Amino acid sequence: MEEFLQHVLNGLNLGAIYALIALGYTMVYGVLQLINFAHAEVYMLGAFSVYYANRLFHFSDHPGWQSFIASLAVAMVVCSLVGLLIERLAYRPLRNAPRLNVLITAIGVSLFLQFSGQALFGADPKLFPEVLRDAQLMRFGEIQLSSFDFTILGVSLAAMAALHFFIQHTKVGMAIRAVRFNQKSAALMGINVNGMISVVFILGSSLAGVGAVLVGLKYPKIDPLMGMLIGLKAFVAAVVGGIGSLPGAVVGGLLMGLCEEMVAGYLSSTYRDALAFGLLIVILVFKPSGIFGKSQVEKV
Amino acid sequence: MKNQILGVLIASGLTLLGCTKNSTSENANEIKIGEFGAMTGPEATFGQSTDKAIRLALDAVNAAGGVNGKKIRLITEDDQGKTDEAAAVVKKLITQDQVVAILGEVASSRSRAAASIAQQFKIPMITPSSTNPEVTRGKDYVFRVCFIDPFQGSVLAQFAVKNLKAKKVAVLKDLKSDYSLGLTEFFMKKYKELGGKITSVQNYQAGDTDFKAQLTDIRGEKPDVLFIPGYYTDVGLIARQAKQLGLKAVMLGGDGWDSPKLFEIGGAAIQGAYFSTHYTTSSPDEDTQKFIKAYKEKYNEIPDSLAALGYDAALILVDALKNAKDLSAAEIRDAIAKTKDFKGVTGKITIDADHNADKNAVVVQVEGNELKFVTSIGR
Repeated sequence: MEEFLQHVLNGLNLGAIYALIALGYTMVYGVLQLINFAHAEVYMLGAFSVYYANRLFHFSDHPGWQSFIASLAVAMVVCSLVGLLIERLAYRPLRNAPRLNVLITAIGVSLFLQFSGQALFGADPKLFPEVLRDAQLMRFGEIQLSSFDFTILGVSLAAMAALHFFIQHTKVGMAIRAVRFNQKSAALMGINVNGMISVVFILGSSLAGVGAVLVGLKYPKIDPLMGMLIGLKAFVAAVVGGIGSLPGAVVGGLLMGLCEEMVAGYLSSTYRDALAFGLLIVILVFKPSGIFGKSQVEKV
Repeated sequence: MKNQILGVLIASGLTLLGCTKNSTSENANEIKIGEFGAMTGPEATFGQSTDKAIRLALDAVNAAGGVNGKKIRLITEDDQGKTDEAAAVVKKLITQDQVVAILGEVASSRSRAAASIAQQFKIPMITPSSTNPEVTRGKDYVFRVCFIDPFQGSVLAQFAVKNLKAKKVAVLKDLKSDYSLGLTEFFMKKYKELGGKITSVQNYQAGDTDFKAQLTDIRGEKPDVLFIPGYYTDVGLIARQAKQLGLKAVMLGGDGWDSPKLFEIGGAAIQGAYFSTHYTTSSPDEDTQKFIKAYKEKYNEIPDSLAALGYDAALILVDALKNAKDLSAAEIRDAIAKTKDFKGVTGKITIDADHNADKNAVVVQVEGNELKFVTSIGR
């Protein structure tokens, strides 16, 4: 039982991070029907921005809430700028091109950032600065609850709640929903479609920034290829949750984290990813559009 | 008109390129050596430190007049840490660049892929630091200057039993690496022979960031020693998470741990862990200290084992080139095979009948940001 609870805790922690990154995929998809493969690299750049900011400002000399929030701010700002830049330079010129072209461009941008990262930062892994100290809060027998566990869950939930509020209860959020519903009619209503798409990229990318700091704290090894696997898993999480749906991304992410943890813990660590992905395939067989996805009729 | 000018320019550029290429390949005062390694990719530090040391060695040889009056030119290819890419770049080195010999790779998987190509084209190849036995097995053109996994595995098993008094050992291995699988196999075989008990064998994949599921499982078995035959890139995180879960086992590993990054990423969690390796910077040997000094001066960092082995591989190749009657592949091969008691920076190296190096392994313990010499174990 103790072991089971420990696995649940580990899985939720892992899942919360997948959820944060999955939100970025799902938001862009909802608006543009584009799978933004470069999202994982935005996340990587967020982690590196904190690494370099720490060299300038030495956050890790005074670990604590101030340093943590400062690093979050750095990562969110840098990620937003990168996301905005990618949208501006790579996706906007292709706004009216066939979807496949944009998808290939996205993969290109992703590879470009991965390898420029290796050239620029060096390919060796680096230590993410310790901007917040981990402390053991509680202990039930073998189960340990550390402050990081709460920080990760808390911050991810707060970020997701903020996003929900923004999309559902503000004017800009309403405009984004309108663009998502129908770009042409939204434009006719006087909504700046390109502007809203930029906002979506800013939002999604800053969530990736939050994810980068949280992952950096928990797994303090960063390298230019760190986005690859986590990006893939978050993407699958978004699909399982129903791509385009915000609650779907959160549920998909948590499910993905739990699945992986349980498979590795109880079945076999050899087939960890294979079985975790297999389970998700089963879900998709029964709900092809994902847990929260609406099945859409393709308009002719 | 513009297009025509452009066309002429391109054409002349191409001819120029062609000329320079021809003139270099016909340069009789040059010996071309190929090197391949992971200069980019997740294990790039391996390739980079090997490359730095090889360049250091060859620059010194060239500065001292080269090999029998000929300068050595090193052609380096990046395999990006991918097995199929390693085979491709080695083929390119042999067929296009026409190198006389090849130095390369740390990871056994990639050396193995390249070794088959080198053997097929009959070009001598020396791997500095691939320890899996399959790399050289049955290939008369392939050599290595490091010890092999059966030896390292048995050294670690002996160390676990005799020095650490371990009765129960758990293993966490990298599923997709020949190196990790080989080391696990030989460690377990010897350890069981010595009467130890393996509680569980768990897997991970290089590049994973979360190991808590496996570690939670291992924690339940309460082993004395946790054996992690992986690379430092993952070991640092594994150690941290083991500590967070309150795992008390002593951590033990192989030469894949050897990098200053291990302390950086592992932090406090890696303190007190042991691993076997090829050399330590605290060696009293004069040549070793000279090498460390020269490396530090040039690159401003301390050479790790991979650098030391790269240096030895380059020097053994140069030694063979000097001794060979001519620069034909068979002559170079025979000269490498005759290497006996070569005094390298990683100890005395003799190439044995199976083309492996016969030498001692050292066991070190992590203490602060240093490695403390614990013991040296021979055959």
